[in-house]
Amino acid sequence: MKIRILLGAALLASSMLAANAAEAAKTLVYCSEGSPENFTPAINTTGTSFDAARPVYNRLVQFTPGTTEVEPALAESWTVSPDGLTITFKLRPGVKFHSGVNGFTPTRDLTAEDVIWSFDRQSKPDHPYAKISGGSFDYFNDMGMPDLLESITKGDDDLTVIFKLKKPNAPIIANLAMDFAAIQSAEYARYLLDKGTPEQFDQIPVGTGSFEFVAYQKDAVIRFKAFDGWAGKPKIDNLVYAITPDATARYAKLKANECQVMIAPNPADLPEIKKNPDVKVLEQAGLNIGYYAMNNLKPPFDNREVRKAFAMAVDRDAILKEVYQGAGQKATNLIPPTMWSYDESIEGVEYNPEKAKKMLADAGVKDLKIDIWWMPVQRPYNPNAKRMAEMIQADLARIGVESTLVSYEWGEYRKRMQAGEHMTGMLGWTGDNGDPDNFFGVLLGCNSEGKPNSNNIPKWCNAKFQDVVNRAVQITDQNERAKLYKEAQKIQAEEMPQLNIAHSTVYEPIRTNVKGYKVSPLGAHEFQNVELE
Amino acid sequence: MPGDASLPAAAAAPAPPGPFRAFWRAFRENRGAVLGLAVVGFILFVAVFAPLLAPYSPIEQFRGFSKLPPFWVEGSDPRFILGTDAVGRDMLSRLMYGARVSLFIGLSVMVVSMVAGVALGLSAAFFGGIIDVIIIRVMDLIMAIPSLVLAILIIAIIGPNLANTIAAVTVVGLPRYVRLVRASALTELTRDYVTAARVSGVGRFRLMTVTVLPNCLAPLIVQAALGLSDAILEAAGLGFLGLGAQPPTPEWGAMLADTRDLMLSHPWVMAFPGLAILTTVLAINLMGDGLRDALDPRLRRS
Amino acid sequence: MIRFLLRRLALTIPTFIALMFITFVMVRLVPGDPIEVRRGERGISPERLAQLRHEMGLDQPVWKQFLDYANGLLHGDFGTSLVSKSPVLHEFFTLFPATVELTLTAMLFAVVLGVPAGVIAASRRGGFYDQTLMGLALTGYSMPIFWWGLILVLVMSNTLGLTPVSGRTDLINYFYDPVTGFALIDSLLSGQEGAFGDAVHHLILPMIVLGTLPLAVIARMTRSSMLEVLEEDYVRTARAKGLSWTRVVGVHALRNALIPVVTVIGLQVGGLLAGAVLTETIFSWPGVGKWLIESINRRDYPALQGGIMLIATIVIIVNLLVDMLYGLINPRIRHAR
Repeated sequence: MKIRILLGAALLASSMLAANAAEAAKTLVYCSEGSPENFTPAINTTGTSFDAARPVYNRLVQFTPGTTEVEPALAESWTVSPDGLTITFKLRPGVKFHSGVNGFTPTRDLTAEDVIWSFDRQSKPDHPYAKISGGSFDYFNDMGMPDLLESITKGDDDLTVIFKLKKPNAPIIANLAMDFAAIQSAEYARYLLDKGTPEQFDQIPVGTGSFEFVAYQKDAVIRFKAFDGWAGKPKIDNLVYAITPDATARYAKLKANECQVMIAPNPADLPEIKKNPDVKVLEQAGLNIGYYAMNNLKPPFDNREVRKAFAMAVDRDAILKEVYQGAGQKATNLIPPTMWSYDESIEGVEYNPEKAKKMLADAGVKDLKIDIWWMPVQRPYNPNAKRMAEMIQADLARIGVESTLVSYEWGEYRKRMQAGEHMTGMLGWTGDNGDPDNFFGVLLGCNSEGKPNSNNIPKWCNAKFQDVVNRAVQITDQNERAKLYKEAQKIQAEEMPQLNIAHSTVYEPIRTNVKGYKVSPLGAHEFQNVELE
Repeated sequence: MPGDASLPAAAAAPAPPGPFRAFWRAFRENRGAVLGLAVVGFILFVAVFAPLLAPYSPIEQFRGFSKLPPFWVEGSDPRFILGTDAVGRDMLSRLMYGARVSLFIGLSVMVVSMVAGVALGLSAAFFGGIIDVIIIRVMDLIMAIPSLVLAILIIAIIGPNLANTIAAVTVVGLPRYVRLVRASALTELTRDYVTAARVSGVGRFRLMTVTVLPNCLAPLIVQAALGLSDAILEAAGLGFLGLGAQPPTPEWGAMLADTRDLMLSHPWVMAFPGLAILTTVLAINLMGDGLRDALDPRLRRS
Repeated sequence: MIRFLLRRLALTIPTFIALMFITFVMVRLVPGDPIEVRRGERGISPERLAQLRHEMGLDQPVWKQFLDYANGLLHGDFGTSLVSKSPVLHEFFTLFPATVELTLTAMLFAVVLGVPAGVIAASRRGGFYDQTLMGLALTGYSMPIFWWGLILVLVMSNTLGLTPVSGRTDLINYFYDPVTGFALIDSLLSGQEGAFGDAVHHLILPMIVLGTLPLAVIARMTRSSMLEVLEEDYVRTARAKGLSWTRVVGVHALRNALIPVVTVIGLQVGGLLAGAVLTETIFSWPGVGKWLIESINRRDYPALQGGIMLIATIVIIVNLLVDMLYGLINPRIRHAR
């Protein structure tokens, strides 16, 4: 009895304490998916790592929260020269850096030096930080920056930076809003180098963002506190990332108010989540595509009629229901409908197994045995590739095609598919910067010799399509570009190199007391403007 | 028993009905063991005759009938007694065919482990010296790495499929067989009947297989029964991690993993494969306990 | 005693060398590439791949990589994780306390419930309690723990709301540094009210899941060992002398019956670590088991081989300690070897 009273008192005290603490400091907990690799976006590749570093850093320009539009950030303004080869950025004056938890105190504001330092680390092999943390600057290279950048230099004053390009390029401003282009502190880097601990640079981040880094425990938690910087002090005091890999567990935490925002709910749990009065489910059409590719270099898929028959045989409505659990929309074109240049006039493929069977017979294909490749991992555009493969297998069996399911370890899988070893298989793509070229050029592009690019998984090359896409990337007028991309979509629908399956919908359940949170179409999670009521 | 084994020929002859009847009498006394045997027999029957017993093909998908609950729950369909899985396949049929897969894995692992364990264990005991040291060190090595991590590593190397699951689970479980055979063989080697056989000029190989081995059989049989249930559990664990039988094979562990996302919304889909694993393993263990008590009361400790 | 210990220690040296070699070879044999796997659908050009492989030292001949690795190990350097770029040893020991906390409490749970259950069953041999307890023990012994974990989460956390679903602490109300890495100790050190209770609360479910198998083994072992001891002459004598049943069982019999149980507890350590892999995966418990599985999936060679080496070392040391303990309790064993 005594024990029970004591326990009760302790519980009461602790809950009062908790209530007090909540009043004193507003803490927002975000249930994230996994541990970051480290805190420097330039050497990372995963959304999880970018999310972990994002509160700390800013870029020259940024995506307006909830959109793919670019707005000024550390750069107040910029001008592009008429030949498109020089971009001059004017930096915002008086931008403060954080103090590091390892004793670093900044002595000056942001200058051109920091911008130049951040890009030099990625482009110059002899840079003192080029080899730190085994630096491989994946995004910098993937976005073609080495082929694009001539030089980055200081302008007339400390707040002017000049980018010189080797050739004009429309998407480069959007590229600079991506995470790899985060601006880090050159002074902090020098401080650590003098101290002899440069590897701390990527573990203890110092930036200009709205939140300062406090602590990180691998596989458990990341803590940040609010920073009164150039963008103003955030309306929450503490930001905590609770690392919770399991989707069901994340929702249980949200339900118990152990976190207020969560990433990637389990699609099957959505009906129940939507019933919870304390939770609001935000949704946003994802900037992605999940597709089923038929290898055009392997017969009978060199025959357009066979490809069309396959497309017709797959019951995508059922896939949407069972694989995406409704959290997606059936894809007609390669790009999602929210992206500019989307062609509304194209009709989707109908589901018609009888007709498909007949088309196969007409094409002279019988007793066909194929393989179906499925990814061993869950991706944003395909929550369950194994289930999808099992369903496509059953669909194809209905038109008399026998198939075996094949999978490899994820890196190996993608490599083999890029090499064209598959007959048919699934893969997908998440957009980086909201530019259509990031889909058409990357996913169905071919080189000047008519050989498919590695990311062209159907291994399909069409001269007309390629010409349209090549022209679109070199002009800057968006209306003109849109016309060209619409044409590209018509060609794709006609030729059916692959079956576009779905654009998944991004769902983010948040507690109803969270205000000002926006879902990013680019998969980013940002808390700068969030309020807790 | 060692007494009559001094005549090797007698030990080599098939066991006379006497000991078997005695064993059965002892086994029958243990009600749990008999129940276990009955359940194992039933599962074996279902596994063997799955094509005749199952109402549907285990891979046929009934579109529009997915995620149905079992018959006693509201919203069920009488055509699918235990409901359907995430893509509309009949749960009962999948469970029945799944019994085939699980028992096949378990029995294969058991047979391979027995053969390999006897060969290695006897060699270690008989040849001694460097051979013994090497075998025992390798077994220690295997035991020092957490079994699941080792199994995953092996499968990562040789690729996930049914045969490789069997190989991985065998390797991981092998040390127990080897140590057991070696230990009992070493004990037997000190006995008089072995010395007698040696003196009478029985060859080493014959001594190993015909004279000593039959006397190590009792603990080995018990170990085999326990090994069977362990193998089924391990294989299901690998299936759960996506490293066992590949789709659309209805393996119980993989069935669980496939429907993990439905845990909250459709718990039934997840409940049955787990229950199937538990029931099978429990029945085999019950039977194994009975075997142990009946075969060798001294072994009750293990 | 010291000679016995030294001999046993010397015997482990070849095991370590073999272990070093085998982990290295096995890890290299796994198909896939640490660089390729982290590139997602993006992929990588062959030139860039070659460049990165060179920077990571992956293009060197395998024997050279092995010598570097072995040389590093001799100097206590387990290499650097290819993913997080931090030293493997550091990564291992930040995660290891969580695993130790989980396994030790699971073991405690198993002993505290298992020994009494075994004693009760033995003293009521063939009775209702015996049959029920042993039935439960056998069920626990047969339980697929990944399923058991999910069912417990479903019932205890999601339906009844009794326990947290995952993680080690409540992140909103409690914030303390991982001084020791053990949440139970750190929460007490922090002095924050309720923090310790919160840590316990988070530990309960994983502990039960991981503790189920050893609980079953210990209960069964205690029972059979107890039964054997109860048959011994000295126990009968004690009974005949008119000592109370509790005294006979509790003092005379139990002490002797526990000797084999101690060995079994030691032997469970390897099994516990294997079970921890699945338990940590289910409960998002930030321990080394989950980390090892992730390292396999990411083809993080240094982390994988370093992690396996460290875990195997710990298992070998624990087994050695158990042997010693056994030798202390039961001196006959020393001479028997």
